[in-house]
Amino acid sequence: MRDVHNRYKLYCVNLYREELTLKTIVRTPQMTVERTPGIAHTPRDWQPTPPVPTVQPAPPAPTVQPAPTVQPAPPVQPAPPVRTIVLDRDPEPVRPPEQREAVRRALEGAGPERLRLRDVAVAYGAKVAVRSVSLSIHQGEVLALIGPSGCGKTTLLRTLNRLTELTPSATRSGRILLDGHDIHELEDTALRARVAMVFQQPNPFPMSIFDNVAFALREQSRRRPRRAELEPLVIDALRRAGLYEEVKDDLHRPALRLSGGQQQRLCIARAIAPRPEVLLMDEPCSALDPISTGIIEELIHELRRELAVVIVTHNLAQAHRVADKVAFMYLGDLVEYGPARQVFEEPRAPRTRDYVRGAFG
Amino acid sequence: MSALVPDVALPAAPQRGRRSSVRTWRWSDRLVLLAAWGAGLTLCAVTAAIVLYMGYRGVQYLRPALLFSRPQVSQGQAGSGGFLDPLLGTALLTVIGIPIAAPLAICCALWIVEYGQGGRVRRSLTRVVESSIEIVAGTPDIVIALFGLAIFQLHVLSFVSFVGEGGGVYGRSFLAAGTMMSLIALPPLFVATRDGLLAVPAHMREAAYALGKTRIATIRRVLLPSVRSNIATGVTLGVSRIIADTAIVIVLLGDELRLAPQGGAPGLGLLRGTGSTLTSYVFDNSPAGEGDAPQKAYAAAFVLMLFVLLLNLAVERIARAHASSGGSVAVTGVV
Repeated sequence: MRDVHNRYKLYCVNLYREELTLKTIVRTPQMTVERTPGIAHTPRDWQPTPPVPTVQPAPPAPTVQPAPTVQPAPPVQPAPPVRTIVLDRDPEPVRPPEQREAVRRALEGAGPERLRLRDVAVAYGAKVAVRSVSLSIHQGEVLALIGPSGCGKTTLLRTLNRLTELTPSATRSGRILLDGHDIHELEDTALRARVAMVFQQPNPFPMSIFDNVAFALREQSRRRPRRAELEPLVIDALRRAGLYEEVKDDLHRPALRLSGGQQQRLCIARAIAPRPEVLLMDEPCSALDPISTGIIEELIHELRRELAVVIVTHNLAQAHRVADKVAFMYLGDLVEYGPARQVFEEPRAPRTRDYVRGAFG
Repeated sequence: MSALVPDVALPAAPQRGRRSSVRTWRWSDRLVLLAAWGAGLTLCAVTAAIVLYMGYRGVQYLRPALLFSRPQVSQGQAGSGGFLDPLLGTALLTVIGIPIAAPLAICCALWIVEYGQGGRVRRSLTRVVESSIEIVAGTPDIVIALFGLAIFQLHVLSFVSFVGEGGGVYGRSFLAAGTMMSLIALPPLFVATRDGLLAVPAHMREAAYALGKTRIATIRRVLLPSVRSNIATGVTLGVSRIIADTAIVIVLLGDELRLAPQGGAPGLGLLRGTGSTLTSYVFDNSPAGEGDAPQKAYAAAFVLMLFVLLLNLAVERIARAHASSGGSVAVTGVV
């Protein structure tokens, strides 16, 4: 009996030690919010100005209207790389400098860069949720954020369209650039029209299907656009979301009468109606059945041609199916970020390896 | 197909397993069981008694002519007319009270749920507002009525009622009573709207913000439509509170059974004038009042009860329709 008790005590002490270690790991220096004073809010009819030269070496010319279809640029055929062989190290190809950029582009993604995160950190009060994340998000590719619960994926996603600001205690540091402009300098409404979001629960508004999409299209302007002006845009959005064929008979049906999968596609239609540049999806399929999930995954595949898609998912198989790039987060850190194939098949970090193999979650 | 179906005759109704027999229970438990059944059945019996008795009396005494004739001053009961004026009075008070109460209550609820959760100052202010509404809800209506009389007898507010012969402000009119009635209707309306707003999931608001909508646009186009049925429930509850109230009518509406407009303008004169409602008519004709004509009191009470029952039915219908359309039910009776 005594023995059992002692063993239990030891177990508890070990647990306590482990927690202490965890705490020391998690502790980070005091965070400050970066605020840029003296920056006038951009007017509503915001037009892109040439980006700050120091930000990016060669940013692609940003356009408000994304190009209809940007196919992946065929990579320049590189000359055979020179491999310097060093013992005890993986061989690393060395390419001539003029080829490096092209190869990097080909590896990184298809379209132009839309979002760039530099040292982004988010904290709720004293609790740091996301720590020093830097990555870039390109049009034409799907970035999946994976990781166990509470690792900061959703927080990171919500920071991208400044929804975290709705939480009073949230603070942010680092820079997020949308087409080379800090998103803090944009008006929040203007930003969110360009960086749209789809939520975990299908949440159509309590109005008709038509009005749901039209609501997203209407600006806060004094003059309300007429039905006839909106109708083609609404139908186009529904079509792109793959819902039009199912609802075309009666667009004035209440949206809440639709099935769960249809509701989620309506939410996607609503989000993409104003032609945003980035689409954020927070576990969009977790409340849906497998068939609806399949339809939406196909849809994501289609949508990425004109958008940059960031999707948070708990479902590794789904990340496997839809993602071009994968970012694995753990306890607020970005542990690994790379092409999906590499992250899933030859992960560099042991944590990633364990996670994608299902050792923990 | 037939190979898959087992060859067993399924019972028509789902069978229940064997359950513990009451005979094995302790005496105290049996007593509580008995008390629970007894209390429920007694309450049913009391309600049934009230409804059936009033229904019986109502059918006995209610004549269609009563609904369409005005009260008359008369020695005999045969000539004292019906209760057209009290019916109109009840309607008038509702029409004055609800338009004052509804915007107040809805804006209050919106402020508390959507704007009042910010800093510490705002949150404490929220608590103050909520508890003051609770206090209003808990104040006896006769106290509200007295307070209203004190207010509306001020000279500044003489336009609400009229100035008497001695130069004093009468302080009693449909406007005065209706304004105070709005206080009676406000708490249920507020609670229904607030609970409806609280039941709207956070991601619904965020979905609107994520579309680049401002907070006010979200409220107008997303939140208010979502809580429409809650507001309807609240309005219905408020109406039933107003038509059932007696004290305010007796204190603030004068003691005449007939509508007595004041001044020239037809609409405004009616509002500034005095009158009666079904409740005060019932009181006046009950053995406790001046009229002492129980038959008429029963008839009017029957009509009143019918209204309240119908309103309650409407509340339930609204809630059920809302629940079946996928919304959350937030039916709160009286505060």
